[in-house]
Amino acid sequence: MATVRLSNISKTYPNGAKAVHPTSFDIADGELIVLVGPSGCGKSTLLRMVAGLEDITTGELSIGERIVNTLDPAERDIAMVFQNYALYPHMTVGKNMAYGLKNRGIDKATIAAKVDTAAQMLNLTEYLDRRPSQLSGGQRQRVAMGRAIVRDPALFLFDEPLSNLDAKLRNQMRIEIRALQRRLNTTAMYVTHDQVEAMTMADRIVVLNGGQVEQIGTPSEIYRAPASTFVASFMGAPPMNLIPAHYNGNGTVAVGSLSLPIARPADHKGEVVLGIRPEDATIGGTTPFKLDLIEELGANRLLHGTIDGNAFTVNAPNDDQPLATDLTLSLPNDTLHLFHGESGVRL
Amino acid sequence: MKRAAFNHRLLPVALLVPQIAIIAIFFYWPAWTAIQSSFYLEDPFGFGSTFVGTDNYTRLFASSEYLKVAQFTILFTVIITVFALGAALLLAVKADKVLRGARTYRTLLMWVYAIAPPVAGFIGVMLFDQNIGPMTDLFNWLGHDYRLGLNYMDTAFAMTITSIWIQIPVNFIFFLSGLQSIPQSVKEAAMIDNASPTRRFWETTFPLLAPTAFFLLIINITYALFDTFGVIDTIVYGNPASNPMTLVYKVFVDGFRGNDIGGSSAQSVVLMLLVLGLTIFQFRMLERRIHYT
Repeated sequence: MATVRLSNISKTYPNGAKAVHPTSFDIADGELIVLVGPSGCGKSTLLRMVAGLEDITTGELSIGERIVNTLDPAERDIAMVFQNYALYPHMTVGKNMAYGLKNRGIDKATIAAKVDTAAQMLNLTEYLDRRPSQLSGGQRQRVAMGRAIVRDPALFLFDEPLSNLDAKLRNQMRIEIRALQRRLNTTAMYVTHDQVEAMTMADRIVVLNGGQVEQIGTPSEIYRAPASTFVASFMGAPPMNLIPAHYNGNGTVAVGSLSLPIARPADHKGEVVLGIRPEDATIGGTTPFKLDLIEELGANRLLHGTIDGNAFTVNAPNDDQPLATDLTLSLPNDTLHLFHGESGVRL
Repeated sequence: MKRAAFNHRLLPVALLVPQIAIIAIFFYWPAWTAIQSSFYLEDPFGFGSTFVGTDNYTRLFASSEYLKVAQFTILFTVIITVFALGAALLLAVKADKVLRGARTYRTLLMWVYAIAPPVAGFIGVMLFDQNIGPMTDLFNWLGHDYRLGLNYMDTAFAMTITSIWIQIPVNFIFFLSGLQSIPQSVKEAAMIDNASPTRRFWETTFPLLAPTAFFLLIINITYALFDTFGVIDTIVYGNPASNPMTLVYKVFVDGFRGNDIGGSSAQSVVLMLLVLGLTIFQFRMLERRIHYT
């Protein structure tokens, strides 16, 4: 258990490519922080710098009381779960879990006890003598978790640990990992490109794009008030509808020939991007909506169509009623988001 | 295993014929002839042969010269295998870690592989040449009167070094590709689990190289036993009698220089059994213990 502090951490590769721009945030004791972003956004690089697998170009990293910039990965008191599990194929499950402890000079009885406890926690007791190749994907994932747990580290690092699992198992392991992390109350840093994983697991989310932090906040903060059009479109499924519009400062935005009242006054005048979550729009109102396609999701259905020529999606409850192609929508003005037309920053 | 279905009965047979013919003509037939003639005493001028039972074999194992050659062969094989594998592994591990100019470095190390073995052997021999060899000069400078082809130990040394040198690139390529096929994440997991690079290598990297290493072990033993013929021939061609040689070279010397076809055949039968044993050892003993996937 420890607080982790990143101050102005950046990464520049020898060829001059900037993978991570100076980034600062703290991870509180016992907190699970999720780094999320599209591929190439620098999330894995950031995690690997914390792990010590990648050199830190500038900035200072501390885990607990120690500044760990120059320490080897083995000396940082961390444990990492890899995307492809990275188990030692020549060792049994038990030995895989014990290996890190053995190298830290812990006596055999303690190691055996720790491995047993972890194996019980993860339902792996009967597999302790098997090799990783004899296990299923989900079981290997558990062994990788077990290897991290037995170490009882100051910080857990997860590098897209669920990406190699099928959808059903992924949902199950997501809950298990979250529950385990709560129970052990170990600080954790979790990298994923899956926004659902980020929303469901995180205490706080760090959204990264192009090596830069777009927003740091709790899942609901990120959902309620995305800091930029990037965050708005990346977080949430289906993504927020973004429509180019014009704001004239008198309390209305103009989308083509339509005019929508907006409650929040903004200083900015001119081109804006109007954002509306698909679940915030409801059928029946004053805004004309042309329906093109319906996606059935069971409890809900997604209505894909256009408002004044702009693609728009509505997430409506499924009442099994047939829908006409020309509908009207109500867009409550307290659910409208406004972003700067050029920079995409929230207004 | 994938099963192929043929509509015609003769087609699969026809497809197999070339392979079977090659094996039969170039392997089974000579092998059978060797076994047969090992029980005969052949007239040196080819006028006839007499059945002598196991005489050729008893004579072979009673011969102190044969046992001396056998002894040298074992020692020669062990030394070549150990050093060719060891040096190649060291080079591969170092080459795997090179970050800058890695391609050039690796290509240079592999280059030797592109040289035909007899040429490589000849270059090796030139290094030890009595008149122009830099190795001879080096030994002289160190105070040792190096005499290739006259002194038993000196000749053995040149043979061994040259043979090792030729074999290193092959081993290097296999070890390097073996090292590069180890998942990066496994190496990284080991970096987090174990602070000591040396122990990390022996406990996590080397076991994953074991299938490669075992394959190379067999290849190198086979090489040292059989494929060093060219090197030995280049070195001791003029005067085989008082010089070190391997069992395979002795088969040639006794059979084609000494015209003792029967004795030479008996020797090749012994070698055949050795290869058979080696093959069984490869398939039975070790292979199943070192494959993980």
